[in-house]
Amino acid sequence: MSIKSFREALNEALWQEMERDHRVVLMGEDIRGGNGGSAGEVEAYGGVLGVTKGLWSRFGSSRVIDTPITESALLGMAAGSAVTGLRPVADLMFMDFFGVSHDMLYNQAAKFRYMFGGKARTPMVVRGMIGAGYGAGAQHSQSPYNIFATTPGLKVVVPSSPYDAKGLLIQAIRDDDPVVFCEHKTLYKLEGEVPDEPYTIPFGMARYTREGDDVTIIALAAMVQQANIVADKLAAEGISVEVVDPRTISPLDEESILESVEWTGRVVIVDESAARVGFAHDVAALIASRGFHALKAPIELVTPPHTPVPFAPSLEQAWVPNAARIEAAVRKVLEA
Amino acid sequence: MPDKHGLLKAYRKMREIREFEERLHVENTTGEIPGFLHLYTGQEAIAVGICEHLSDRDYIGSTHRGHGHCIAKGCDLNGMMAEIYGKETGLCRGKGGSMHIADLERGMLGANAIVGGAPPLAVGAALSAKTLETGGVAVSFTGDGGSNQGLVFEAMNMAVVLQLPVIFVFENNGYGEGTGHDYAVGSRDIAGRAEGFGLPAVKVDGTDFFAVYGAMGTAVARARSGQGPSVIEAVAMRWHGHYEGDAMLYRAAGEVAELRANRDPLELFLKRIEEVIPQEDIDAVDREVALAIDEAVARARAANPPAADQVFTDVYVAY
Repeated sequence: MSIKSFREALNEALWQEMERDHRVVLMGEDIRGGNGGSAGEVEAYGGVLGVTKGLWSRFGSSRVIDTPITESALLGMAAGSAVTGLRPVADLMFMDFFGVSHDMLYNQAAKFRYMFGGKARTPMVVRGMIGAGYGAGAQHSQSPYNIFATTPGLKVVVPSSPYDAKGLLIQAIRDDDPVVFCEHKTLYKLEGEVPDEPYTIPFGMARYTREGDDVTIIALAAMVQQANIVADKLAAEGISVEVVDPRTISPLDEESILESVEWTGRVVIVDESAARVGFAHDVAALIASRGFHALKAPIELVTPPHTPVPFAPSLEQAWVPNAARIEAAVRKVLEA
Repeated sequence: MPDKHGLLKAYRKMREIREFEERLHVENTTGEIPGFLHLYTGQEAIAVGICEHLSDRDYIGSTHRGHGHCIAKGCDLNGMMAEIYGKETGLCRGKGGSMHIADLERGMLGANAIVGGAPPLAVGAALSAKTLETGGVAVSFTGDGGSNQGLVFEAMNMAVVLQLPVIFVFENNGYGEGTGHDYAVGSRDIAGRAEGFGLPAVKVDGTDFFAVYGAMGTAVARARSGQGPSVIEAVAMRWHGHYEGDAMLYRAAGEVAELRANRDPLELFLKRIEEVIPQEDIDAVDREVALAIDEAVARARAANPPAADQVFTDVYVAY
């Protein structure tokens, strides 16, 4: 066990899976970088945020495949190679770019198994960054995991810690279904304890990052860190907050969510995806239909407003859910 | 040119496609077949001319008009017919239908109801072949309508960049739904456009089996020897509408009659081989194929529909 960053944990997962299984290949723009430039054979990038650094030097161009900026062909190639024997990990870079390429995931990879009567396996992973906080503007800051989760056939992973990032990515690569792996861009430098050896975390198994009695906060990715801040702060006031991180939203660990709601009776759901028809609304519906009897207060949702992600830091900070808004929501459900 | 055995095999495949499609044209009027049908009649020489160069290790990706490709690639006629009828004995157990017939064991990656869907998937299959060193190649079929899709251009570029063993076959059958290729393909020349991507590209008469077979021979030899992708544009007008029930108001009177009289791929084939293959051998194939299609329809009609609980299965390998 040693301290590693979220980025290092992902890199280690890719490295170890590529060592283990020759069918695992990486593909995406600049996952190596430097192809065709004037500098000759170099590894110029290793991914725009360095997640795939060093992998080309170790595994070479046949397994670390730099592609043009061509998201449709990238996900199509991933889908077509997955259903014929490879285990590709496609790097979409920013998950926002799914808009360019979604047919290959939405109409093709996600449906092969069903449409073909259970005779296909499509073991592909699509990695991509999500999240606001970097001033990256409306087309590089979204968290569209809710959109992926509406599609039967896809699995959707949204890790919040280095430990989870490694274990869930290894699980994603070994999984026989298409997996969308959402990496919040503000988490890459987050450090935590990560075992050196390979390990997997099963999908559909939530983690309680804080245990408490008074209020349940359900959160994903960077919002788990914000929820933990709130839980730790309120603990000093004698308010006991439980934080549930589902870690995957398809499959979703409904039982752990409902168990916590049964215990506390008060719920705040934090979700960076959408003000409408998002993850928060799905979980709220679950609780309303199956945990209503336990509720002592209306469910409180903390989401962005129904607007694109703004650019100016002052606006972006107003847009994205944060600890202050989560704290206000917790106090509201306690007062109800 | 194939040997005598190969010629008779190619003829049998084309006859199977013809009988299969013409029988569906009739059976569809009974109301027993759910959904849409897009028939391949008139284009038989393309699917067969291409697939006669392929084996089960090679993959093809198809279109919404995919029955001909499936038959040419070796899909089981009974399984196909049952699938089209939505029965549990179908190749996809009744969950795919006419537009999604697939058989991965035969290297059939699926008919595809998204226009232009196959080329990126074929690029992926070609990547598998190259990376896993199977010796296989991949082929995508796309229509003139699909040739205008952006992801098709992306797929061609990717194949050139990565030098993959893939052949992009564009079947120019005259119309994308009800819109003429002479309107929708801006350059009016799909093969010429492909050359701009750095691919060798040829344009052939898609009613001429031998022209298609020859062009594919060159393309597949390139692909198998590591020289990269190619494009074939094969021109053969379809005889039926976009879908069964299409009144074809966009076609001039007499256009289809002219095709039937002068551009029938099977008749053109028979003329070329009449001195090589005895007529009695042809007649025997015709009889056998007619019986096989009769049996496929009878079996499909008699088969059970999938049980209702099957709606829930096969979404994931594990969830």
